[in-house]
Amino acid sequence: MSTNETEPAPVEEPAKDPQEPGRFDGVLREIVMGNAMVAVLSVLLAVVVGSLMILLTDENVRDTAGYIGARPSDFFSAVSTAITDAYSALFRGAIYNTNVEGFEGRIKPLTETLKFSAPLILAGLGVGLAFRAGLFNIGGRGQMLLAGAAAGWVGVGMDLPLVVHLPLAVVAGALAGALWAGIAGFLKAQSGAHEVIVTIMLNYVGYYLVFYALSKQGLLQAPGSLNPKSEPMPESVILPRLLGDRFNLHLGFVIALVAVGVVWWLLNRSAMGFRFRAVGENPDAARASGIDVGRTYITVMLIAGGLVGLAGVNQILGTATSGVTVDMDAGIGFDAITVALLGRSRPLGILAAGLLFGALKAGGFSMAAAEGIPVEIVLVIQSLIVLFIAAPPLVRAIFRLPKEATA
Amino acid sequence: MTLELRGITKRFGPLVANDRISLTVNEGEILALLGENGAGKSTLMNVLYGLYQADEGEILLDGAPLKMSGPGDAMAAGIGMVHQHFMLVPVFTVAENVMLGNEATGFAGTLDLDAARQRVREISQRFGFDVDPDALVETLPVGVQQRVEIIKALSRDARVLVFDEPTAVLTPQETDELMEIMRQLRASGTAIVFISHKLREVRAIADRITVIRRGAVVGEASPTATNAELAALMVGRPVELTVHKEPAQPGPEAFVVKDLRVVDDTGHTHLDGISFSIARGEVLGVAGVQGNGQTELTEAIMGLQSHVRGSIRLGEHELVGKSVRKVLDAGVGFVPEDRQVDGLVGGFTIAENLMLNRSHGKPFVSAGTIRNGYLEEFAQTKLVEYDVRASGIQAKASQLSGGNQQKVVVARELSRDLSLLVAAQPTRGVDVGSIEFIHKQVVATRDAGVPVLLVSTELDEIVALSDRIMVLYRGQVVGIVPADTPRETLGLMMAGERPEGTAA
Amino acid sequence: MSTTAKVPVPIDESAEPAAVPLRTALKAPILLGVVTMLVALLIAFKARAGKTTFRLAADTDFFDLPAVTVPSTATVATVVVLLALGTAASALLVSRGRRTPLWLIAIFAVVAMVGFLAWAAAGRTVPVVGLLGGSIALAVPLVFGALGGVLGERAGVVNIAIDGQLLFGAFAAAIFGTVVGSPWGGLVAAMLAGALVALVLGFFAITYFVDQVIVGVVLNVLVIGLTSFLFGQVLAENPQELNAPDHFERIPIPVLGEIPVIGPVLFRQTILVYLMYAAVVIVAWALYRTKWGLRVRAVGEHPKAADTVGIKVNRTRYTTLLIAGLIAGAGGATYTLVSVPQFGEEMTDGAGYIALAAVIFGRWDPVRATLAALLFGFATNLSGVLSVLGSPVPSQFMLMLPYVVTIIAVAGLVGASRAPAADGVPYRKG
Repeated sequence: MSTNETEPAPVEEPAKDPQEPGRFDGVLREIVMGNAMVAVLSVLLAVVVGSLMILLTDENVRDTAGYIGARPSDFFSAVSTAITDAYSALFRGAIYNTNVEGFEGRIKPLTETLKFSAPLILAGLGVGLAFRAGLFNIGGRGQMLLAGAAAGWVGVGMDLPLVVHLPLAVVAGALAGALWAGIAGFLKAQSGAHEVIVTIMLNYVGYYLVFYALSKQGLLQAPGSLNPKSEPMPESVILPRLLGDRFNLHLGFVIALVAVGVVWWLLNRSAMGFRFRAVGENPDAARASGIDVGRTYITVMLIAGGLVGLAGVNQILGTATSGVTVDMDAGIGFDAITVALLGRSRPLGILAAGLLFGALKAGGFSMAAAEGIPVEIVLVIQSLIVLFIAAPPLVRAIFRLPKEATA
Repeated sequence: MTLELRGITKRFGPLVANDRISLTVNEGEILALLGENGAGKSTLMNVLYGLYQADEGEILLDGAPLKMSGPGDAMAAGIGMVHQHFMLVPVFTVAENVMLGNEATGFAGTLDLDAARQRVREISQRFGFDVDPDALVETLPVGVQQRVEIIKALSRDARVLVFDEPTAVLTPQETDELMEIMRQLRASGTAIVFISHKLREVRAIADRITVIRRGAVVGEASPTATNAELAALMVGRPVELTVHKEPAQPGPEAFVVKDLRVVDDTGHTHLDGISFSIARGEVLGVAGVQGNGQTELTEAIMGLQSHVRGSIRLGEHELVGKSVRKVLDAGVGFVPEDRQVDGLVGGFTIAENLMLNRSHGKPFVSAGTIRNGYLEEFAQTKLVEYDVRASGIQAKASQLSGGNQQKVVVARELSRDLSLLVAAQPTRGVDVGSIEFIHKQVVATRDAGVPVLLVSTELDEIVALSDRIMVLYRGQVVGIVPADTPRETLGLMMAGERPEGTAA
Repeated sequence: MSTTAKVPVPIDESAEPAAVPLRTALKAPILLGVVTMLVALLIAFKARAGKTTFRLAADTDFFDLPAVTVPSTATVATVVVLLALGTAASALLVSRGRRTPLWLIAIFAVVAMVGFLAWAAAGRTVPVVGLLGGSIALAVPLVFGALGGVLGERAGVVNIAIDGQLLFGAFAAAIFGTVVGSPWGGLVAAMLAGALVALVLGFFAITYFVDQVIVGVVLNVLVIGLTSFLFGQVLAENPQELNAPDHFERIPIPVLGEIPVIGPVLFRQTILVYLMYAAVVIVAWALYRTKWGLRVRAVGEHPKAADTVGIKVNRTRYTTLLIAGLIAGAGGATYTLVSVPQFGEEMTDGAGYIALAAVIFGRWDPVRATLAALLFGFATNLSGVLSVLGSPVPSQFMLMLPYVVTIIAVAGLVGASRAPAADGVPYRKG
């Protein structure tokens, strides 16, 4: 029996005080973990601000405000008209149009919403998946452009039957997106190059690459044309319409739904997703646990880029089949960031957020057409939602909610 | 001058970190603040220094209450602090660090660096420091960095000086020198608060000792009190100051390290050709002051270092050049020195953390999918077996106390078939109860015939658990000595002095 | 065992040759070698017949420098020889354990560019003054934006929202320049607009700890949305009353403006360019030489250390960010108060991201970031000039250059860059 005397406690002060965030408070954590209440309130808040903007710029409102002292009722009726008109136009554009005859015509807006949401969901998944692995994929634009160009190239450059041609074009697009994002993953793994900077820069490199291909005969430019645009897609690569020719809704939406399911399984049930999340939450611990962090970064970016690539494919082969252009991404690459943030980087959340923003988009166009409200109002509302959602304490303060208990 | 804290209470949500704490320190006196991990010492000092605002109570200087809204007020009042984690900007020079926040300026806010250099030299001279005002702080050894901290405080005419766990990073010799500096300061009339958990140091230097536990003052003691008395006061119950273990039954040599060299990315050598071996059923303790190559040694074994030369053999396996996963598969268990960085994923549940290094196949994964049922059952069992206090297996690791977090790590590592256990600082920042538990587990692992490499900067822990002790100094082995080697000898070895008659 | 003897453990600090610094130093000659090879390939495979003329005079020069006309292929061949010599010199220096001096790299770059132009513009005339002067003009918003970016990041706030600041600055300058009836009013409004974006960034990033990259990206989208919305809703309806600002005229500086080549390039510009020169000098001086700068850098490197010496971390970050916003906003004014005095939707076209690239490529240093911005401005202008000349290089590849260079820089292929330690990390007390 050997006994050694020892002083009792080789102890230090706690690594952190209870309230102090400490290392575990990952940058994206608040966003992933925050509660649904804040999400709803954020949307509400953003819509209120958007409404104010509509009011402030509405001519009737401004005119009546000039003599509000004399005839306040004019002002208030102008306000209510402006708001009702705007939102009923939004509703008619996004969900159900009461102004047309026939059930098909009336529910067409809903299918438009689904059509708009498909690429948002796909690209949102790409951004969200990367988020969960601790990577910020801002390269959606470049990935979509490359994917669209690749799919378009397969589309116009080959002559095959639909059963071969369409899948081939889809895969080519997804691969191109994957590889483009993979560069960022590879550089991050190799040299620690910050993926935010690399993906931003790759957006522009991709843009000019595709621009070049589109203005070069023999590459992608339509033969004999001087415009930077490819030929329209042939029938054999166009994603089939789901509800017949009267509706624009196409197979892309189904692809998006399938992708939601796959990503859900990947993140919540698979061992690979477990490793993604481990790397995202604490890369040091992941490495010490035998997870190859560099390889994980590459894999994640490949999958994320593939998903964003599918969004590009969805555009070129489904929504905008008239040919590849440099603005075919239609801002979806950035919208995807907002979708992923609103959806808290969880697949089902992204689905919901994608549907919401799809509806805003569909409705936004209808507002623009019917009321002359610039469609950019949607962009404003979208970014406000994300700002609010990223700052739960602010939202709680505005609505005077109690502080969330710090666990 | 006399500094008095009166009824200081500080709450973080429902937790009371400081509960009506009162204490006084007089001019020319060293007051030691003794308490174990989480007792609230640092919180109290952060209140004193203006980093936190107290919810109740007041701070008085020579009887007059101080209004504190930030560290600026504390400094203006003559309170200085030498922080445990140095508050120095690494890419600034010594002079820039010393002048920061207290800058001498010329025309249009231009910095007067000459004045700052002069100030550094002046104070250095007074205490016999050798500090170059133009050296970049990040290039200085920790001992010198600490002196820069002291210079910084003195350059603002601090008359009350707080030392927060100042000896954690020092060799025994550097500790002695620091104590000499503290005595010198005391003689010049400075009031000193010395925060520590090391009984020996507290007894050596303090004029009075105040013990705090769970946020409250639980007693005063004189420096003549025994270790056992102080420990009991600190922990609140009689403490087993010993680790019970049978003499080792070393088997055949199982783990052999030969001529190991580790270089980092900047070309700096951290391990310079070290060799040792561990037998089955033996604990080899690695002693040394932090930063002498211990971290690199454990990381080299685990495959976490990229420039490794030499040989690390575990049974039939050569581990050098292997990936972390291969090393783990070879049966190496690893308790990393900083569990929050390398040991746990804070946002993961206890269950997920228990399978963290086994996500590549059986038993937790089949066909690429996690077997949740099996995982839950496993986690439930371990929770009980290792006495992890938590709301359940779905509790997030970040919500656990340090001790319970460490038990999760230990549970994970000891649940595999081990052929080697590498435990680095296994009880750092852990409460006494958990320390006792973890120590028992280490001994049990040894007794099961597993070679154990124990790295600790706490000499007491090394002495208590090891069968043999290896001392590292600047990346080299100073000597490998029996566990009953006198502390003074070990202390000298930790400073690089090789005892006669031992081979390196 | 009771006696110990002092046996100092020998550690030879120099025993291990510093392997990595050598590798770092090697990058320069390798890079130079690659460039030399590329230029050599131009004449080897795509030699272009004809003579190239470099026109050095501006239209209104006091001294009239003659144009220099050289045979294209021979010039490129000469350049290749010079470049090879430069590469050899660099390799020699590195083999002797020294670094390649910056001036060598600078001369190398100029020579390489001359060779490239001689090849690309064979049979044509290169308007040297126009090329360089145009580069400065294009670089103005980039420099202002990059200075703002450098300041913010040195204080620890990542500013992805430079583009938003430029765009909002341009927007405000157009409206207020028109309403006030003076470009100065527009400039002040632009600066305030930039500061407003900075304030919002600070509000979310500093006060609410929101991830700074997210806030930055979202703010850019928000500003695009907001300005486009207001443009469509308000400006487009009353362009004369709201979107027709007066613009700044060129002010030639006496004497300096008369220096051949340099004069017309640097000193016959608008007041905004002269303000830019001043801004660079002031920012560099303030950051490195003043108490304020020391505190800003401390807050960006180790906020807690700054806090413990009584510096208000978040207040310092706010003020720095606001100053940065004022500067970036001034850059925005260039869009609507100089060449095309009216606002258009998304008119910055992502220039803020190039400015961000310049911040990183310039390693968070105001002077280096300025040089990077000038380089990027040059690349942009060169692509325009070359496409006018009908050069064989597609303009898209020239336009891509800033981004590719930045990727190469962050991947650590050219020099190591170290961001401020606390860049992007919100500061929470305690």
